[in-house]
Amino acid sequence: MAKIKVENLTKIFGKKPKKALDLLNKNTSKDEILKLTGNTVGVNKADFEVQDGEIFVIMGLSGSGKSTLVRLLNRLIEPTTGNVWIDGVDLAAMGDKELREVRRKKLSMVFQKFGLFPFRTVLENVEFGLEVQGVEKDERKAKAISSLELVGLAGYENMYPNELSGGMQQRVGLARALANDPDVLLMDEAFSALDPLIRKDMQDELLDLQQKMQKTIIFITHDLDEALRIGDRITIMKDGSIVQVGTPEDILTNPESDYVERFVEDVDRSKVFTASHVMKRPETVNAEKDGPRVAMQRMKDTGISSIYVTNRKKELLGIVSAEEVSKAVKENRSLLDIIEENVPTVHPDTPLNELFDVVSTSPVPLAVVEEGLLKGIIIRGAVLAALSSGQEVNKDESTTEASAS
Amino acid sequence: MSLLPRLPLADGIDAVVDWLKGFDGLFDVPKEFIGFTVNHLSNGLSFIPAWLFIILLTGLAFFATKKRLGLPAFVFFGLMFIHNLGYWSDMMLTLSLVLTSAGISVILGIPFGIWMAKNKTVESIITPILDFMQTMPAFVYLIPAVVFFGIGMVPGVIASVIFAMPPTVRLTNLGIRQVSTELIEASDAFGSTPLQKLFKVQLPMAKKTIMAGVNQSIMLALSMVVIASMIGAAGLGTKVYYAVGRNDAGGGFEAGIALVILAIILDRLTQSFNRQKGVA
Repeated sequence: MAKIKVENLTKIFGKKPKKALDLLNKNTSKDEILKLTGNTVGVNKADFEVQDGEIFVIMGLSGSGKSTLVRLLNRLIEPTTGNVWIDGVDLAAMGDKELREVRRKKLSMVFQKFGLFPFRTVLENVEFGLEVQGVEKDERKAKAISSLELVGLAGYENMYPNELSGGMQQRVGLARALANDPDVLLMDEAFSALDPLIRKDMQDELLDLQQKMQKTIIFITHDLDEALRIGDRITIMKDGSIVQVGTPEDILTNPESDYVERFVEDVDRSKVFTASHVMKRPETVNAEKDGPRVAMQRMKDTGISSIYVTNRKKELLGIVSAEEVSKAVKENRSLLDIIEENVPTVHPDTPLNELFDVVSTSPVPLAVVEEGLLKGIIIRGAVLAALSSGQEVNKDESTTEASAS
Repeated sequence: MSLLPRLPLADGIDAVVDWLKGFDGLFDVPKEFIGFTVNHLSNGLSFIPAWLFIILLTGLAFFATKKRLGLPAFVFFGLMFIHNLGYWSDMMLTLSLVLTSAGISVILGIPFGIWMAKNKTVESIITPILDFMQTMPAFVYLIPAVVFFGIGMVPGVIASVIFAMPPTVRLTNLGIRQVSTELIEASDAFGSTPLQKLFKVQLPMAKKTIMAGVNQSIMLALSMVVIASMIGAAGLGTKVYYAVGRNDAGGGFEAGIALVILAIILDRLTQSFNRQKGVA
């Protein structure tokens, strides 16, 4: 079952929305309705489902209704009509008390400008959600501290938000949202106020966290690159309506309307996708702990012919092949004796177009390494899959031909 | 124009005042309460020996300004000066009048300000009433105040409250309305009840603005002291009032300067409390 199901969700701003609603049902356009009734259509009959553990990105330019839509999901803005089912319960029909319960336990929100309370310390900010629930002081402190550790802000508990950088403030915002241990995170342009490098770090961190936590995340952004980087699925909005929902690949390869097409036409996928998009979780052995037998077993279990070796900190040491390992087992040697240290590595941010050469000549999967740590591996098929679809490539060729002739 | 009969507004107001006089008991409660507060406050303050009071207030100023020397020095010499001129007990009476009026203004004003901030209709009703309270010449309040509460400290406090309360109400309203939408949303999104939102977010955020209003209320209450002395509220105001009657410029200035010193001390002290706490 879908975690969140949105049906016919509509918001009309202004007094007496009924007339506007009728017009909307007759497919009158947003501009027309504004002219006829003076009402603004914020969100127009949105329908979508979000699966458990998914990062669902809602994308659109400013004024497209994306921020309104996310506020309809936790009813910071009251919907005019429609339903929001969360775990099968309709949020739109709830009383105040039930709604508060859902907001406290299931939904947390991260804000564009962080929304931190300036008179509260970092710790007190993170405790806020637990405090309003009436959680005991010691317990909420412990939870808040572990939440701060999760986002890498241990040790900053007693500072005030204005003493932190933007990136750190948003980490506090994230920690505050996570402290409640919600099922769903609503992130409203959470990284838009950060400068590009920090933004990228935060995106990576969110993806890392998501691997650990498996929350359902609804992420609002106006930045296509961001959407493609972090989204499992992307919704594109225009004038309050949803124009397309799909995986990043769908959006790129099968834009359903001119609007989407124009959106994505400038995107060269081999530049948008980076190593971190196509890498997968590596099978590894820990040289400080595991011997050749463990390595052998692990390779057998997963059906691979070579395996990466790391130390306890996940720092990449090298690679061993099945052949070498079986020899080592017989000769009773350790993994470090047979390790091949000269392995092809790339950084997670390397764009795909720079990966082609390396991946095509390397006999073993590429190791994706950041600051010495093994983040993932890339197999040849994954790169090709990411680029699969001749469509855009063909189109590019035909235009070059046309201009050449 | 002259064909229209003159509207009997004055008669109407008199009638209302007369009618209200019928509810004698209605005014007894506030009268007793205010009288009790002012008397006990002034008795209490006068009970403290002058030297101790000066030391205490100087010490308070010292810590409130984070151990700077300017204000404590002013407090010390200013109070010594008033004592030297022989206005000590008058100052204590004035201080208790001001503190009682300001206290009542705050106790009534902040809830009204909150109510205004929460409700647009209430705001649109209270705003013109506040305008009326502030712009109506303060002398006018003295008349019904005497009718209902007799003469002395109590009607003085009542008139001062009417005159001094508006800034607290207005700035409480303003302070709460100025809290950014995102913080309100944050508070709602985490499931705060309206009361939690008020006490954990809105009031702390509005604190500086509210304190500015309280400061203004204290200053306005102080400015009512001379006017209130016309209906028998004792203190420095009475001295000024008498000096006017006797054409005694020297005496008038002495009492006036004592009032100024008191005003500066109260103003700087409340302002430094405001600065001290909030982390900007």
